[in-house]
Amino acid sequence: MGNLVEIRNVSKVYERGKQKVEVLHHVDLDIAQGDFLALMGPSGSGKTTLLNLIGGLDSPSDGSIAVGGARIDKLGQGALAKWRAANVGFVFQFYNLLPMLSAQKNVELPLLLTKLSAAQRKKNASVALQLVGLADRATHRPTELSGGQQQRVAIARAIVSDPSLLVCDEPTGDLDRQSAEDVLKLLQTLNREHGKTIVMVTHDPKAAEHATHTLHLDKGTLVEQSAHA
Amino acid sequence: MKYFHLIWAALFRRKTRTILTLVSIIAAFLLFGLLDAVRVSFEQAGQSANGAERLQTGSRLSFIETLPFSLGAQIERVPGVNAVAYANWFGGAYQDPHNQIFTFAVSPNYIDMYPEFVLDAAQRKAWDADLNGVVVGSVMAKRYNWKVGDKLPLMSQIFPNKEGSKNWSFTIDGILHSKDPSQNGFFDAIVLMHWKNFDETTPYNRGQVGWYISHVTDVNQSDRVAKAIDALSANSDHETKTQTEQAASANWVKQMLNIGLIVTSIMGAVFFTLLLLTGNTMMQAVRERTSELAVLKTIGFSNANVLGMVLAESVLLLVLGGVIGLGLVSILAPAISAGSGGMMHLPSVGIGSWTLGLALALGIGFVVGALPALRAMRLNIVDALAGR
Repeated sequence: MGNLVEIRNVSKVYERGKQKVEVLHHVDLDIAQGDFLALMGPSGSGKTTLLNLIGGLDSPSDGSIAVGGARIDKLGQGALAKWRAANVGFVFQFYNLLPMLSAQKNVELPLLLTKLSAAQRKKNASVALQLVGLADRATHRPTELSGGQQQRVAIARAIVSDPSLLVCDEPTGDLDRQSAEDVLKLLQTLNREHGKTIVMVTHDPKAAEHATHTLHLDKGTLVEQSAHA
Repeated sequence: MKYFHLIWAALFRRKTRTILTLVSIIAAFLLFGLLDAVRVSFEQAGQSANGAERLQTGSRLSFIETLPFSLGAQIERVPGVNAVAYANWFGGAYQDPHNQIFTFAVSPNYIDMYPEFVLDAAQRKAWDADLNGVVVGSVMAKRYNWKVGDKLPLMSQIFPNKEGSKNWSFTIDGILHSKDPSQNGFFDAIVLMHWKNFDETTPYNRGQVGWYISHVTDVNQSDRVAKAIDALSANSDHETKTQTEQAASANWVKQMLNIGLIVTSIMGAVFFTLLLLTGNTMMQAVRERTSELAVLKTIGFSNANVLGMVLAESVLLLVLGGVIGLGLVSILAPAISAGSGGMMHLPSVGIGSWTLGLALALGIGFVVGALPALRAMRLNIVDALAGR
């Protein structure tokens, strides 16, 4: 299977006042289509920065990033926003659902950027909620759901527009062991049965075991790669 | 429209704060609507005399200038006029110099010109026969417990009597009532004395009249009659201005106050305060939603989308408050007009006021929303998600 993500010689430098901090240092990485990759490493190693670059939330200071053949490092802000809407689903540690909207409406959010009718948006959101096992919680607001349920709604939101790539930043970091296990199994299912390519940042070695590969970063450099059964 | 539920939900994310802000906006637009109605009322007054049975003729120069007594006979001869009465301002104070009572010195037929208020026939006869008598409005009689036969001391701030004192004493001969109790108003709160008594007693007034009231035979000819009356004294030292009573009252106030300037000044202050209040609310609302806005941008909402949604939220808040405020004016203005007993006529909110009000709501909404919307648009996703 070909590569979905191709990262070549990518560096990222942040300016903090007068100081320049190099967070990523000449990183080269290929992520194959259908891969489930876990990114691990100590705090400040550049995991989230790399994830943000892959998801098109940030641009590299140097090097190139191609996702699905598109050079996203060359895209302007508007084009990058459109690209994200069509190609990437995001899952955050703290779910980041909109508290004033129901689960259904939260899941529908990415579809507002499409030309789908209201009825079709509703239908697609219902399917996504069904897929994560929360069809019966569609009208509930985030505050009426447990942490695990909120994260599953967030996953439904991430997959509702059928992106090829899911980027997950510590998706189990705020969950108890059981909920974390449920969420990881759901991600596995999405990877294995629906062919989603997943890049997941995690501190938890047990969470990383659910991935097909694990990459370790340290001080902005890839240091180790391991494959799981 | 597909973003409407998102904008609406964001607006009412903090219900109490939004409702309190909305109440402030409603109050501002209610005030705007009522003051604008007052302004329009003054502007409309006197544009045409047609439809008015009674015309009031006063000095063109100023309401404090008087007119010659002889003019009354000339006005009576104007075609279309079937009766003429006259009056002077007396302005008495009761018990306390600050406690002013609307007191007028009037001609014997003055009451006949006003069928909307009634005086008992026996009391009318007694008053006609008593040069020093007065008739008082029922509201004043009730307030001060005045009864027929009582002595009524009034202090004039301008006119001395024969002895040079400004303290006058009258006898109450009758009580005036509005024919329609729901029209309880001006005539229930006045005191009428005889013009002859006033003219003969004070050395300040020798054959001078404050204003004339003419009753016309055909209300559709009022405009023509008014012009004919004014033509009588054209190019004289006592040029007149004839208009409907309502217009005369309005002009009387206009000579004392610049209504337009007052309305504009008050509304300027109100809307400036509203600008600060809602501006602060919107800034706070956007600051609180930094991470939510970052999520929207993460999932693909463009900068323009986010800018538009925050601006729309601000405009929606202002327009909602404006429409409710002006809607309330549409209900309150007729009620105030009815309650004033004809003293005040507030027009209902016209197309001009609606247009101006909505333009203000839109304008303030854009101004208030601009800064938070730009802040939301420029939000850096990575920093916002990291809570920086």
